[in-house]
Amino acid sequence: MYSFDIETPKTVADAVAALGKDEAQALGGGQTLIPSLKARLAMPSVLVSLAQIDEIKGISQDGDVLTIGGGTTHAEVAKGAGSYPALAALAANIGDPAVRNRGTIGGSIANNDPAACYPAAALASRATIVTNNREIAIDDYFQGMFTTALDEGEIVTAVKLPIPEKASYQKFEQPASRFALVGVFVAKYADGVRVAVTGASEEGVFRWAEAEEALSGDFSAAALEGLTLPGDGMINDLHGSGAYRAHLITVMTKRAVTAAA
Amino acid sequence: MTKVTMTVNGKAVSKEVAGNTLMTEFLRDELRLTGTHVGCDTSQCGACVIHVNGQSVKACTMFAAEATGAEVTTIEGMANADGSLSVLQQAFQDHHGLQCGFCTPGMVMTAAKLLEENPKPTEHEVRDYLEGNICRCTGYHNIVKAIMAASGQDVSSIAAE
Repeated sequence: MYSFDIETPKTVADAVAALGKDEAQALGGGQTLIPSLKARLAMPSVLVSLAQIDEIKGISQDGDVLTIGGGTTHAEVAKGAGSYPALAALAANIGDPAVRNRGTIGGSIANNDPAACYPAAALASRATIVTNNREIAIDDYFQGMFTTALDEGEIVTAVKLPIPEKASYQKFEQPASRFALVGVFVAKYADGVRVAVTGASEEGVFRWAEAEEALSGDFSAAALEGLTLPGDGMINDLHGSGAYRAHLITVMTKRAVTAAA
Repeated sequence: MTKVTMTVNGKAVSKEVAGNTLMTEFLRDELRLTGTHVGCDTSQCGACVIHVNGQSVKACTMFAAEATGAEVTTIEGMANADGSLSVLQQAFQDHHGLQCGFCTPGMVMTAAKLLEENPKPTEHEVRDYLEGNICRCTGYHNIVKAIMAASGQDVSSIAAE
């Protein structure tokens, strides 16, 4: 690692102030950023750890909307998001127990790894990303691999998720890394279905519009018969070709619909 | 430099360290607690698992400064007060749950958390919980057996000897 200073603020206000410094970088649970720092893929002058900020931790519910603090760990979501079972199950299946005790939803959403699980849940669940200075609708938030609408020094303080009537997340794991080779989150609301796909596209997480339309009319795996996506624009690497990933999207979407129905 | 203060195995410690000091480096190089092993250094293998405020974490993927004020337990803190092996540690010995021993500290720390959360796990639950701990010697069978034996379950019918 390059050398850097580290700060551990206790409030969002102090964290935002610390992030105002030149080349400052926020540190969530560190389960992606610390390996990146070891590989010298990042060179911050100061790392601002968000792990000791109590005001961005915890889960609350207001009507049908679940609000999860950005600093809430995967393990806490797995235990505490019982009113949204598909989301709790997704959190319980990220990495391994020790990783789930450190990694946070805010960190995952801010990083927007193209193979991460949470971006699919947020996009399918019509989430609102709450930051230290605004709220961002999820359809405006993800802007391609590792890119989001967040400004420099902006912190994800919470994620608001309207709880769907039915939902399921199906992940086809890349067996070495356990990241999603392809993951599909299907969420059925009273006025329509959303299908979000992670792990597959070179543009990062995306919505599969044709599947959404078909499922909004008939929420069954049969409604997806004949629907396919092109392999062009899908990630093509040693773990799987673009055509293979495109094929998996249909398979995993069908599984998700069957599991949710 | 950053001042880092925490409690490790019941003892208060305080050191001035560089900001990029990992928990593994803090424990091994500063405190000379070399029971926490560094296998992969990429949070895959689990040889470095410790407990921070009662939760298992991979010490290679956490900075020492992030543990400021925390209660930390390492493998050195797992034996009984009189220095004898804990039930779990003794079960690893009795059931041949280790060969080279490199992964064992992490296995024991992870297994201890599992048994705290789930005192009578099934074989499947044990294997699932050990997802983040890699062993290259045993083939896992005897590790699983040791953990189930430590939970007080009959292990005579479990797979390999």
